[in-house]
Amino acid sequence: MNKRLIALFSVLVIASMALAACGGAGGGAAAYECTDAIGCVTVAPGDPIHIAYALTVSGPTSSLGEDSRGAIEIAIADRGGELLGHPIELSGEDTLCSAEGGQAAGTKLSADATIVGVIGTNCSSEARSAMPLISQAGMVMISPSNTNPDLTNPDHPDSHPGYFRTAHNDLFQGRVAAEFAYNELGVRSVATIHDGSPYAESLQAVFAEVFAELGGTVTAQEAINVGDTDMGPVLTTIAAGSPELIYFPIFEPEGNLIASKSKEVSGLEDVILMAADGLFADTMPEATGSAAVGMYLSGPYVDVNNAAYGEFLQKWADQIGGVPPSGFHAHAYDATNMLLNAIEAVAVVGEDGTVNIPRQALRDALYGLSGYAGLTGNLTCDANGDCATGEALGVFQLSQAEVDGAWPPPVFWQP
Amino acid sequence: MQSLKRFNWTDVFMWVVGAALLILTIIGSYLTLQQGKYTTVQWFDLAVFGLAQGSVYALIALGYTLVYGILRMINFAHGEIFMSGAYLGYFVATSMQRSGFMQENPLLGIALIFLTAMTTSAILAAILERIAYRPLRGAPRLVPLITAIGASFFLQYVFRGLFGTQNRAYPEIAYIQGAIPLFGNFQIQKIQLIVIIAAAVMMAALAFFVQYTKTGKAMRAVSEDKSVAALMGIDVDKIITRTFVIGAALAGAAGVLYCFMFRIVTFYMGFIPGLKAFTSAVLGGIGNPPGAMLGGLFLGIFESLGPTLFLDGLGIPAPYQLKDVIAFTMLVMILIFRPTGILGERLSKTKA
Repeated sequence: MNKRLIALFSVLVIASMALAACGGAGGGAAAYECTDAIGCVTVAPGDPIHIAYALTVSGPTSSLGEDSRGAIEIAIADRGGELLGHPIELSGEDTLCSAEGGQAAGTKLSADATIVGVIGTNCSSEARSAMPLISQAGMVMISPSNTNPDLTNPDHPDSHPGYFRTAHNDLFQGRVAAEFAYNELGVRSVATIHDGSPYAESLQAVFAEVFAELGGTVTAQEAINVGDTDMGPVLTTIAAGSPELIYFPIFEPEGNLIASKSKEVSGLEDVILMAADGLFADTMPEATGSAAVGMYLSGPYVDVNNAAYGEFLQKWADQIGGVPPSGFHAHAYDATNMLLNAIEAVAVVGEDGTVNIPRQALRDALYGLSGYAGLTGNLTCDANGDCATGEALGVFQLSQAEVDGAWPPPVFWQP
Repeated sequence: MQSLKRFNWTDVFMWVVGAALLILTIIGSYLTLQQGKYTTVQWFDLAVFGLAQGSVYALIALGYTLVYGILRMINFAHGEIFMSGAYLGYFVATSMQRSGFMQENPLLGIALIFLTAMTTSAILAAILERIAYRPLRGAPRLVPLITAIGASFFLQYVFRGLFGTQNRAYPEIAYIQGAIPLFGNFQIQKIQLIVIIAAAVMMAALAFFVQYTKTGKAMRAVSEDKSVAALMGIDVDKIITRTFVIGAALAGAAGVLYCFMFRIVTFYMGFIPGLKAFTSAVLGGIGNPPGAMLGGLFLGIFESLGPTLFLDGLGIPAPYQLKDVIAFTMLVMILIFRPTGILGERLSKTKA
């Protein structure tokens, strides 16, 4: 018994000595005194400046995550992998496009005090559970593709300080889609389908509201579950209202299944299909097959004639290969540059090369960002964290070429 | 006096819950039908969707029920056996589609897909039985159950490691696309018809096999009593392996039919259908093959018709999100009133 106690005691002593040693080394070098309200990140000479991504890089929505991750890597490579004389370290968490994945990623990232900022998430459901943790830890997070309006609505519990996005807000995307359907396609009756995710539910709600405002009829607002495969029944129910257009702003693979099944349901043979940026991925037309021909997608759009964007695509081809698999790479590239620029602007560099990054000042710098010329246009962040320009949205139409593997589709209409 | 003693408040409560749900269902259906929002054609379509989906559930459920009947063990890796067949079938289908073989010899091509899928599933199940289950034959019942769950994860992640996490699109086989017009406005999708007929044929073949062949007789004997069957000169291990193989071949075929309908292949595609098929097996009475078939069809039709029929009239928005709620509520209801499933468990008195 005694021996055990002694052993335990000695282990504790050794552990506390080791901890004290670590603390001493870190504290001794910093002559800088942190006065920031929510703390600072101190990067000792030779240590990397640590940023992270929280993206959906595996599973059915991996196109979205790969697309953003590639852009982040290119933005870092553009600076030679260095910032203020320190190497940039990029680590990441897979967020799986689900609330659970966001929760897990948020917990892990927020526990690592060396992280300055996060690029992510891809899906609004992830941000909803990850952002409270990341905000609490004092970090900033810039999302390239979360579009749910609540995330930047100051009156909503889902909005947290330190959250920014370069993606458009769905209040905008839903309106654009509804106006396109009503004015451009001349459709007067629609049905919507969502999958219960915050992204899809709010987007279809905005769409339906605007469409009704314009004078159209919404015949049904249906819902399915993520993971469902049999879309026949829900489409048959929708066919009862005989809408001219079905709007289903959801993800793969459920969106593919709805599109391919819709042509088989009696009463829906000639229905127009329309989805949003969640289905804007190179895998979608091929998986859907011939039913995808003629389908409309609203989604991120960057003018291909923009010289900077052409340069970016060239870098993608050289460094990663091929073309970006989804549509938010330009947003992710802008987000990364915004973060790195802001770090550069607020960091206090000591004589020995130690970099101190005050966290609140970093947030303030981003909230105050104005007229930053990015790939997606001139970005100006408002007090709620919305930095999107509104220029980078278009409506696309899929044709047989996309089903055969061409990507991206040509833009059909722009607001 | 005797009846008073057996009076039990839990039972009363369950009956009240059951009756309330039943009344709600009837009111909902009445209101929906009175609205007249849906035409007969649409009800017919919903029923056919359900029947096709249910046929797939039934085919998978047979594997659960056969193994349970003979070993009293729930083979939770069965959903992954289904997935493996579908996956290998996908590779054959894609290569034949790309080379143009499928367009020239569609029937032969489809037969080859089935052959690959069924063989893969059967071989995998035989290996699984030999490595994971047979060494645990004498162990308490919980042990093989946990092993089965482990095997299920193992197979899932092997496929994930080998073939990646992305969804793969099954090729569109032109031969089985399109609809067959029936009388009036009624029509039926070719794929659905094929699924329903193929499943019916396979189930009939299984019923014949179990009832009239020597192996089938031996299977029934082993399920009755293993030690007596062994005394009668039946090689029990061999019969058990055969049972696994038969169940797996049906699951492999179900995998192909599932892919024909939904054109999607992933490493986790076995989980939900496996769960639903297990539910079907319990619904029909586990250990009872006709029960599994009936349970599968019931579940498929309820999932398809239930949300519209029961909930639409009650004014519940977006009823299809509640599809699984309806399916599992029905399972609970049936188990309250018939704890052994619709047709009842067909198990011998002396359980292993």
